[in-house]
Amino acid sequence: MAKITYIEHDGTEHTVDVKPGLSVMEGAVKNNIPGIDADCGGACACATCHVYVDQAWRDKTGSASAMEESMLDFAENVEPNSRLSCQIKVGEDLDGLVVRMPESQH
Amino acid sequence: MSEQRVVIVGAGHAGGSAAAFLRQYGFAGPIVLIGEEPIPPYQRPPLSKAWLKGEADADSLALKPLEFYAEHGMDLRLNAVAVSINRGEQVVTLADGQTVPYDVLILATGARARKLPIPGADLAGVLELRTAADAEALKAAIGPGKRLAVIGGGYVGLEAAASGRALGAEVVVVEREPRVLARVACETLSTFFQDYHRDRGVVFELDAGVEAFEGEGGRIVGVRLSDGRLIACDAALVGVGATPNDELAKDAGLECAGGVVVDEDARTADPHIFAIGDVAHRPLPLYDRMFRLESVPNALEQAKQAAAAIAGRPAPAPETPWFWSDQYDLKLQIAGIPFEADQVIVRGDPAEARFAVFHLKGDRLLAVEAVNAPPEFMAGKMLIAQRKAVAPEKLRDMSVSMKNVAA
Ligand SMILES: Cc1cc2nc3c(=O)[nH]c(=O)nc-3n(C[C@H](O)[C@H](O)[C@H](O)COP(=O)(O)OP(=O)(O)OC[C@H]3O[C@@H](n4cnc5c(N)ncnc54)[C@H](O)[C@@H]3O)c2cc1C
Ligand code: FES
Repeated sequence: MAKITYIEHDGTEHTVDVKPGLSVMEGAVKNNIPGIDADCGGACACATCHVYVDQAWRDKTGSASAMEESMLDFAENVEPNSRLSCQIKVGEDLDGLVVRMPESQH
Repeated sequence: MSEQRVVIVGAGHAGGSAAAFLRQYGFAGPIVLIGEEPIPPYQRPPLSKAWLKGEADADSLALKPLEFYAEHGMDLRLNAVAVSINRGEQVVTLADGQTVPYDVLILATGARARKLPIPGADLAGVLELRTAADAEALKAAIGPGKRLAVIGGGYVGLEAAASGRALGAEVVVVEREPRVLARVACETLSTFFQDYHRDRGVVFELDAGVEAFEGEGGRIVGVRLSDGRLIACDAALVGVGATPNDELAKDAGLECAGGVVVDEDARTADPHIFAIGDVAHRPLPLYDRMFRLESVPNALEQAKQAAAAIAGRPAPAPETPWFWSDQYDLKLQIAGIPFEADQVIVRGDPAEARFAVFHLKGDRLLAVEAVNAPPEFMAGKMLIAQRKAVAPEKLRDMSVSMKNVAA
């Protein structure tokens, strides 16, 4: 299990155990954490699973694929540490990961 | 308001999401979720894609874990079929005779796979793809060397064909129209997908009617075409569209027009009854018309509309209808619907498997079909919603970025 902390835009924190193999998006959705809509269920087709990866974790979470980059490019309030959370696979190495949610996904 | 009892019939993508949105929007009253299938609400899109190819497990299909429903005070009743609605008494009757009273009823019964009324349709190995159980049967039937006949070249059929090829099956797609995706996509896209599938070993029989499924010992051995030829196969997937499950509503005297007629809040003419998802015939504000959509974004949008109306929240902003499909390494994203388009513009080169087709009426963008082209999809979706004028020559010009076009 990996402990992941999701921080809503208003500062509300949720720390949950996520099974390795799931995506960071699935970790939020399965635990009913608000702030990640994930309309396409992880198909990298909707950009409604946008998160900001805590600086300390940017290396471990890897970099975005070209497809993900170009989806993110049109999301709102994109920052250098923006990712689509459905494209980050959870492994034991992400134990302790912290991600923040944008104000809105639409 | 919050002490009302909400009953949702149909525990699919729309019904399950409506229950979750109700709680997210602060609705604290009782929620009963009635579903015919044996498992809690799940996502269907992977059934023809990642799940079929073995890239996603059953756990990842579920919308929410089973505990979610009890934890949020929802009474989830699986294997339960609603058979009638008594609107006067505000009661739903289940197949086992139980009655469930409601203050607010949400119909989220979805659609079912259309059947072909031809000889042999009940042979073993004649399959359809709507539920997780259907998908299990299909998965068991495809593998290296197995021969799959897909009847119907729509999205579900083509996705199953691509997944079948990925698993080493031989695939023949039989389509009644002269091109695949005839009802749902433009000709450029149809031609592109046919070529892409052909290059990966799929055989097409276009303009071809199906007479019968031929069997031996109760099992399918082939598909008989109208011209008399027999396509030998080990299984046939019938993917010829879906029919809305609107009989409950019809029997209860609610207006149906190929789906249950609802307003912008997803409410029927009966103020106590809503209808959402594949079963609903709904207004499309961006296009000033009524339509029935079959897509996850549509199910989610209407689930939000109904939940917001019930929880006394402001209605969500209308969305551009959209859809996606994954086949091989292709990501198709479609936004909008090209009703009454008078101009078609292709941006990019289909030969490079990265292009978009824009449909305009005058200078207004109505729809975009994008293959491996997220910027075109994302910018197009925005432009459609904004109803802004677009310059066709900019759309055509790859040296003008989509950011610039949308600016
Ligand atoms: C193979 C496949 C691939 C797809 N791919 C995509 C895709 O890539 N992108 C996309 O946007 N959409 C896709 N879709 C469409 C999408 O899945 C549907 O639009 C969505 O599921 C609609 O949700 P719904 O809740 O309205 O209907 P459903 O999900 O069908 O749910 C309806 C539920 O109601 C139950 N029910 C019906 N009648 C009763 C009754 N009387 N009593 C109790 N329960 C009842 C049914 O058993 C069912 O579980 C796909 C669909 C399929 C089948
Ligand atoms: S869930 Fe749709 S892009 Fe991540």
